[in-house]
Parts: sequence; structure tokens; C-alpha cells
Amino acid sequence: MALFQTAFAMLYQFGDAFAFLVISCAGLAVIFGMMGVINLAHGEFIMCGAYVTATVAREGLPLVVAIIAGAVVAGLVGMVIERLVIRHLYHRPLDSIIATWGISLIATQGVLIVLGSTMAGIGTPLGAVTIGGDSYSAYRLVLMVAAIALLAALYLLFYRTRFGVVARATIQKPDMARALGVDTGRMYGLTFGLGAALAGLAGGLYAPTMTMVPTMGATFIVESFVTVVVGGADIFVGAAPAAAILALIRATLTAWYGQLFGQIGLLVAVIVVIRILPGGLSAWLKRGSR
Amino acid sequence: MTLPMRTLRRAGTLAGLCLAVTAAPSLAQEGEPIKIGVLEDQSGDFAAATNVKVHAIELAASEINDAGGIDGRPVELVIYDTQSDNRRYQEFMRRVLQADQVDVVFAGFSSASREAYRPIVNQFDGLAFYNNQYEGGVCDANMIVTGAVPEQQFSTLIPWMMEEYGPNVYTIAADYNFGQISAEWVRQIVEEEGGTMVGEEFIPLGVSQFSQTIQNIQASEADFVVTLLVGAAQASYYEQANASDVNLPMASSVNVGQGYEHKRFTPPSLADMYVTTNYIEEIDSPASNDFVERFRAMFPDEPYINQEAANSYIAMNLYKQLVERAGTTDHDALREVIAEGDVCFDGPSGNVCLDPQSQHMSHTIFLAHVNEDHSIDFPQTWENIEPYWLGDEGCDLTQNDPSAQYTPSNPPNQ
Repeated sequence: MALFQTAFAMLYQFGDAFAFLVISCAGLAVIFGMMGVINLAHGEFIMCGAYVTATVAREGLPLVVAIIAGAVVAGLVGMVIERLVIRHLYHRPLDSIIATWGISLIATQGVLIVLGSTMAGIGTPLGAVTIGGDSYSAYRLVLMVAAIALLAALYLLFYRTRFGVVARATIQKPDMARALGVDTGRMYGLTFGLGAALAGLAGGLYAPTMTMVPTMGATFIVESFVTVVVGGADIFVGAAPAAAILALIRATLTAWYGQLFGQIGLLVAVIVVIRILPGGLSAWLKRGSR
Repeated sequence: MTLPMRTLRRAGTLAGLCLAVTAAPSLAQEGEPIKIGVLEDQSGDFAAATNVKVHAIELAASEINDAGGIDGRPVELVIYDTQSDNRRYQEFMRRVLQADQVDVVFAGFSSASREAYRPIVNQFDGLAFYNNQYEGGVCDANMIVTGAVPEQQFSTLIPWMMEEYGPNVYTIAADYNFGQISAEWVRQIVEEEGGTMVGEEFIPLGVSQFSQTIQNIQASEADFVVTLLVGAAQASYYEQANASDVNLPMASSVNVGQGYEHKRFTPPSLADMYVTTNYIEEIDSPASNDFVERFRAMFPDEPYINQEAANSYIAMNLYKQLVERAGTTDHDALREVIAEGDVCFDGPSGNVCLDPQSQHMSHTIFLAHVNEDHSIDFPQTWENIEPYWLGDEGCDLTQNDPSAQYTPSNPPNQ
């Protein structure tokens, strides 16, 4: 029984770290992997999703509806920003980094000025479950399921739908896709919107568990960039296994040596991976499969 | 030549007075304004707790100006947003002392920011008020500290909690000088009182995910948890601990009194949190209620009036008294007034006095207890506790100025 208890505790910690990494990096991975744009406003799309979710939930609507609303609003905001700013910078990756950084500063400070320095939270639903003598937050178990479901849904979207085929064609051979009648501009807009919506979804999913402040996006940033850098350009053969490996490193180190070492472990892992596998896990795994 | 000039000046003053009656009150004072630099975090991770400090200073400045200024001179605030960034403190501290030539600076929330700017205040021989509770130990003639210190907050809180809940203590603290030194104080008091530290964990600033920490606490058989968490990100702990049914009483020197977590989080995530604070807006005394009323008249949308707002307001009035008694803004003259040992102010938190040896302030300490519905009650009050530790250990700013920070393991008289 004690063995089961310890095993479950470890699995829970691993799952918790894995869910956080997958959910927070999905939007960034889609925008970087599909479009090559490094989106420094990723955290602010997360904040946008969280704020919308909290506002809608406080209106009395069910949390699920509120989270979807958060994702949809963040996605629409993303599409508008793509139209106005990102679209003009597709062949200037460094400029797009600066532009998205500027957007993130404007968003953080704008929210601070308009909505104030904090927002009341909405509370974590579902309470706690007791497993083998320890109590765990049931909502965090839901987050783990959500992370798996998110990966599955994205896989189906990109590999089993027409949108996915066209999107991948646009990324791999934009000229050929255009020649075959694909409106590549529209595809870029939709893909960026999807990335922003995924960030908004991350914000919505974590909104009930966190402090609602204009800078809340920043707490996701390190983890999501680390995961994308380790994973490389492809979300399925890159980000997902990267999240699993990093979650293992983080959960183990945090359990043994505390939060500080968990964070150090995460960052050391990135340094090692960049040195040995500059293309990330996905480039390495793909080469192996050829 | 002097006579007509004086007449002219008098005429000018009269004209000014007339104008003041008919138009703007700020023209009423004669003489150069007294410039006060204000460096506080109006954006970034700490903004939630510190915006209100700026408002408190603005309230005090407007009251002082309406009542004729400091010694007849109007107060002019020079405010910069330090963005919760230590480097900004250093930049702006240089700017207010060198370019703006302010008479005094009110600066700082986190202890990291205070230690970042303190060498610059020393370098230019400025005078800074640090209006924040902190880990204690700063013995520096260029600093006046109005916030509460460990002998006021922990020597009261920890024994009370151990008496009430038991001897096993788990500390989680922000991983920088404030958290490390505060945890050292807690450890020392727990040992003195015959208790046991069953766990101690330091959390890097900006961390917002606490699953593993929560599990460690649950496995530890602690009787209560000392939470010394700082910043908006770390405040996510309460929600997550509550969702995992930790159900342990909490003790803190920083929560509620600074970040009003009981207002921001859904009940009952902060239930049974005990905080020693020298002021929060729930304190029901005539002076406190009057303060809250005046504050909300000027800032109707203020989310919460916390202990650092009261300390900032008190600091403005202490500075006014110092300058008026000294007849100048010269720092040495001000410190001679402090050395007289009777610089006191009867403000929102009751009567407080400056201690000449350490230039820290006495406080009445309230034990605030958060109920299930996040309302506050006060099971205990400790009247008028002196900031005695530095003086007892050998810091005496009336004699010499080491400009150093001391800790229990590194006291001044070593």
C-alpha cells in the first residue's frame, strides 16, 4: 500500500508537470513550428484567455464554457494581430521577435492601466480526492487528461482534416501550395489564430488555480520556451516527448531537492540539448526514422 | 535696498494668498517646494501590493499641502515607476538624488530592491524612508524604516501559533534575502520555544506551481505552515493548497497585510491564516476608520488599504515633523531631532515612535485571523512593541554608522 501511495504520488507529480508544460507550450509550438515566428507575446495571449475565462465564469456560466470563451477570444485577438502586425514580418524573423515583444509590453501595461493590478480569482472547482491516504486536487487530474486530449485533438486536426493537410502544405512548400490554389495568407492567419487560441486555452485551464494579475503570462513563459526549444519545430515528435522528458527531470529534482533545483534542472536540460541537438528532439527523432 | 525688496516679497505673498483663496491652493505657500522622490513598483510582479503606497503618499502630500505645507514650504512629489525591477531602483535612485535633487526619497517594496538602492543612497549621502515590513537588521544612518521587523512580527506570531496549534512548523519562503533571513528568524524562535522545524522550502520568485511543495507539506505532519511567499506568482500557492485539502493553519508576516490575498482569492482558500501586521483596513478604531474614509474619498477605486499604505502615510508625517522641528531639510539636523527620542506620530495604526539607535519604528501589532468566509478578526493585539533587536545587539546610529544589514547569525557586536 505504501508502495502504491509513493508510486501514485510520483506519477501525479510527473503528470502535473507534464500537463503544465504541454498546455503552456502548445500555442507557442504551433506558431513557431508551423510559421517560424517566435511569439514573445505568448504569455499575454495566456493572460488574455485567463482574464476572459474569469470574467465569463463570474457571470455565472459553467467553467467549461468560460474556458472555451477564453480560447476563442484569444484566438480572435491573435488573428487581428496577425493581420495588423505579424503578416508584414514573415520574412523578417528578428523583427517579428521585437514586434511581438512590443505587443506583450503593451498588453501587460494596458491591462494594468485599464483593469487594475489584480483581478479576483474564481476558485478551483471539484475539490480534493483522497488516494492512498494523500489528498490531491481533482482539478489537476482533469488538467492531466486535458493535456493528453489536447495532443490528440491537435494530431487529428493536422493529420486527419483538410485544414491540416493544407496547413502542412503551406508550411512545407508555400509556392507549390499557392500554385495549387491554396490561399496561403489565409492559412497563416488561421494558424496564428489557432496558436493564440491554444495559449488562451492554457490561460483558461489554469485560471482557476492561479493569481490573476497582468503579469501572470510571464510565469508560463520560461516553461513553454524551454519545451519548444528542447522539442524543436514539430509539436508531436518534438514538444510532446520534450514535455515528458522535462517533466520527469523537473518532478524528480523538485521532489528530492526542492523547487530551485527543479528549475535549474529544466534550464540545464535546455543548454545540453541546444549543444548536442541544435534542431531539438524532433530534428533528431526524424533523422533517426529516415 | 533690502527694505523695498522685503516689501515687494510681502506684497507677492499677499497676492499669492489672495490667489490661493480664489484659485489653486498650491499657490498659498511661500518658499521653494520640498521635493520628495517616490520610487515604488507601479507595475510588474509586486504592483498589486505597492500601488497603494504611492496613493498613500499622494494623500499625505495633499493633506500636508492643504494645511500649509512643511514649515510653510509646499511638498512636491517626484514619482517614478520602478516596475518591480531592481535595476530600475538603481537608475531612478541616481536620478532623483542627482538630477532631481530631492530632499528625501520614499523607496522600495522587496528587500532585494532596498539592498540594490541602499549603496547609492549612501554614496550620495541621501536620506531614504523604507516603508515596508521586512526581515530586519538594517543599521544605516541614511535609512529610516517605518515597516515592522521580526521582533515585532515573529516574536509575537510564532509562540502564539505554537501555543495554539502545536510545535511542528513547516516554512515555505521566497528564495531571496527577505525569505532566507525571515526563515532564519522563524527557525531560531521555534527552537527557543522548544518546537521542531519539520520542513523548510525556499521557492524562487516567479514560481506559480506548487504541487510538489504541497505534497511535501502533507507528508510532514506539520501543525502549521509559515508562508513567507512574495509576489503575485507565488500567491497561487493558497488556491492550490486549498484544492488539495491541505487544511493546515498558516502564519505569515507578509500575506493579507500586503497582498490582500483574502480579497483576491475565493473563500475558503485563506481560512485560518494568521498574520501579524501593524495595520490593515479592517482594524476598527476611530483613527483607522477616519484614515480609510479620507483614503477612499481621494481614491474611490482603491482595492485595499494595506499596512504599507499606512506606513507610507505615517512616514510622510514623520518627515514633516522632523523638518519642522529641525527648521531645515539637512540630514544631520534631522538625525539630531531623531536622537532626542520623542519623534512620534499618532496615525491610523495608533501612536508610533522612531527609535534613535536603529531609526526603526515602534508598532502596535495586530494578529489578523482570516475566517472561512475571508472576513478578518483580531484574536490578539500586542501594544507598542519597540524595534529592540538592533539596539540590543549593538547598533547605535547616534554613535556610529556601519551602513550594514545584520541577521541573527551575523549580529552587529560580533
